[in-house]
Amino acid sequence: MMNSKKARVRWGFVLFFIPVFLWLFLLFILPHLELLRMSFVGTDYYGRSGFTLDNYAAFFKEPVYWLTFVRTAGYSIVITLIVLVIALPVAFYITKVIGVRTKGLLTLLIIVPFWVSVLIRVYGWMIILRESGIVNQMLVGIGLLKVPREMLYTDASLIVALVHTNLLFMLLPIMGVMDGLDDSLIEAASNLGATKLVIWWKIIIPHCMTGIMSGSIIVFMLVAGSYITPSLMGGKNSLWFTQQIYNQFIIAFNWNQGAAFGFLLLLISSAIVWLSLKITGQRLSEVVK
Amino acid sequence: MEIDLSVKQVTKTFGHFKAVAGVSFEVEKGKFFSILGPSGCGKTTLLRMIAGFYESSSGSIEIRGKDMAGVEPNKRPVKLVFQHLALFPMMDVKENIAFGLKRRGERGKEVYKKVEHMLERVGLPGFGNKRINQLSGGQMQRVAIARCLILEPVVLLLDEPLGALDLKLREHMKVELKKLQAQVGTTFVYITHDQSEAMIMSDYVAVMNQGKFEQIDTPQNLYHHPATSFVAQFVGENNKFVGRLDKNAFGQWVLCLEEGLRLPVDNISGHSVGERIEMFVRPEAMIINPEAKMKEMSLLDVVIKAILFDGGNSRVLVVIDGSTKELILRLPQNDVSKIKVKDRMRIGWDPRRSTCFESAGVKTYDEL
Repeated sequence: MMNSKKARVRWGFVLFFIPVFLWLFLLFILPHLELLRMSFVGTDYYGRSGFTLDNYAAFFKEPVYWLTFVRTAGYSIVITLIVLVIALPVAFYITKVIGVRTKGLLTLLIIVPFWVSVLIRVYGWMIILRESGIVNQMLVGIGLLKVPREMLYTDASLIVALVHTNLLFMLLPIMGVMDGLDDSLIEAASNLGATKLVIWWKIIIPHCMTGIMSGSIIVFMLVAGSYITPSLMGGKNSLWFTQQIYNQFIIAFNWNQGAAFGFLLLLISSAIVWLSLKITGQRLSEVVK
Repeated sequence: MEIDLSVKQVTKTFGHFKAVAGVSFEVEKGKFFSILGPSGCGKTTLLRMIAGFYESSSGSIEIRGKDMAGVEPNKRPVKLVFQHLALFPMMDVKENIAFGLKRRGERGKEVYKKVEHMLERVGLPGFGNKRINQLSGGQMQRVAIARCLILEPVVLLLDEPLGALDLKLREHMKVELKKLQAQVGTTFVYITHDQSEAMIMSDYVAVMNQGKFEQIDTPQNLYHHPATSFVAQFVGENNKFVGRLDKNAFGQWVLCLEEGLRLPVDNISGHSVGERIEMFVRPEAMIINPEAKMKEMSLLDVVIKAILFDGGNSRVLVVIDGSTKELILRLPQNDVSKIKVKDRMRIGWDPRRSTCFESAGVKTYDEL
C-alpha cells in the first residue's frame, strides 16, 4: 500500500519534471556545453583543430577586447547606480507617501511601458532624441538651441535609454521590501533625533538591502548583456561587449572566439555580482528570496 | 512645582472629524500621568501631537515652558515608546540604544559606556550584542524604554506599550514600569485603554472620551468620586441603575427604576423631580443579607445567577427578582459556601455610597 503510494507520487513528479528538464537540458545546458567546448577549440596554421586557450588569451592580448569589456562593465555599474538612485525615492513615494488607490495606478503606470517590447521602447527614445525629434524641436522652439543637435549615438543617450528600460526591474523588488517597512520605525528614528538623511541611511536603506541587491543584480546583468539598445542608440564609437560577441559569431564567423567571449562575459559579470554581495555583506540566498 | 508639560486647549480635526476637541492639562515634573480612554477616543492623536508627528489644529503645547509649535519631532525634548516598540531590527541592542546619542553627535567609547550603564538600569546587563529578534517581549520593552531614557528626555511618552504582552508579563511590567519611573524620576505620560494599568501606575489619570477629558484626578478620586457618568462606568466595575427622580411621602429622594422598583437615593444636589438619573453602586458597596438594624439601606431581593470565581476578585452575578436587570456583587471571602446558584437573597447598600448623574446615555463597550 505504502509503496504503491510512494511510486505514484514519484511518477507524478517525473511527469511534471520532464518538460522542465527537457527545456533546460536541450535549450540551455546542451548548447552551453557545446559553446564551452568550442571556446577551447582553435584552428592552427595548417587548418587542424585542437584544444587551445588562445581564444581566452586573445581577450587579454588585444586591448580593444578588454577595453570594450571594461567600458561595458563600467557603464553597467554606473547605470545600475543611476537606476538605484532614481528607484529608491520613487519606491518610497509609491509605498509610503501616497494613498492606496493612487498606489495601484502609479504601479500600473510603471508596468505598462514594459508591455511593449524593448525594441519599440528604444525606437521611442530615438524619436524623442533624434535631430528632428521632440526634444530638439522644443529646444529650438524656446530658443535654447539655434539649430537642432544630434543627441543620439552618444554615451549619454545610451545611458538614458538603458536606465529607462531597466527601471522596473529595480523598482519592483525594492517596492516589495519597502512595503514591509513599519512606518513607526521611521517615526521612532525621527523621535530619537535623526534627520531625514540619517533615516534613509540608517533605517530605510538597510531595511531594503535585499531588494536593492536583487534589483541591482538583475539590472546589472540585463544591462551588461543587452544588445539591441547599445547597437541602436550607442552609435559607432560606443562599442558594447555583446557587440564584440555578435561580431565574432556573425561577421568574423569565428564561433570559437565568440563562445570564449560569451563565457568571459558570464564569468566576469558573475564575479562583479559576487564582489558586490561581499562588499554589502548580503547573502545570495537572502537576496534571491 | 515645576511644570514639564503643559497642553492648552489643543484640538485636532481630520476633515470634519474632531479627534481631539479642546484638551488642557499640565503635568508636574517627575509625575506619572496617564491618559485613559476607550479606543478611538483621540488619545493616540493627542500623544502624536505632543511628539510632533501631527500639527495641532489649534491650541498650544509647551514643554518646560517652551512652545513646541513648528518644532520638528527630531528636535523635541520628548521621547516616545511606540505601541509596537519600533525597535530597529537592522541593529543590535547596543546600537538601538546608542542611536539617539549618536544623532546628538556623541562618538567613541563614552557612548557604549553610557549604553552599558543604561542596560544595567533596566535590568539587562550584557545584552548589548544581542539581536532584536533574540529578545523576549519583556526584554524588548525594556530596550525600547532604555533607548528613550538614555537621552534624558523632559517627558517620556508611552503609547500602550504593554498592549502586546501576555497577561502575566503585563501584570509584571506594570509594577516594573512604576518602579523604574520612581527610580529615574522622569516625567511619564502614559496612554492606555486598560484602566488597571492606569490606576496601578499613575499619580494622575485623565479619563478621555470622544476627544475630551472627562476628569483629571488621582486614581483614588476617579474611583470613589467620578465626575461624570462615563468615568463611573469606565473606571472600575460599577452597577448602573437608570430611573426617574421622585420624592416619597416623607420628602426623601427616591429613584423610580424602569423595573418598577423604588430605591432611596442620596447625594443629589442640583437635580429635580422627574429628572432621568443614572445611579452607580460599586460591587463592593453591596452587602449580602444586611442586618435589619441598619437603617436607611437601599434593599433589593435578588436571585443568584452565577458565581464568577476569580480568587480574591470573585464576584456574584445576580438578577433583581422579577426582572432581567443584572447586578455584580463582590463575593465575600468568609461565607462563600452559603451562596449557591438560583438561591434567593436580599442585598443592601448605604445610599450615601452611590453616585448619581443626569442620564447622558453614554455607553461603554461592555454593555451592549
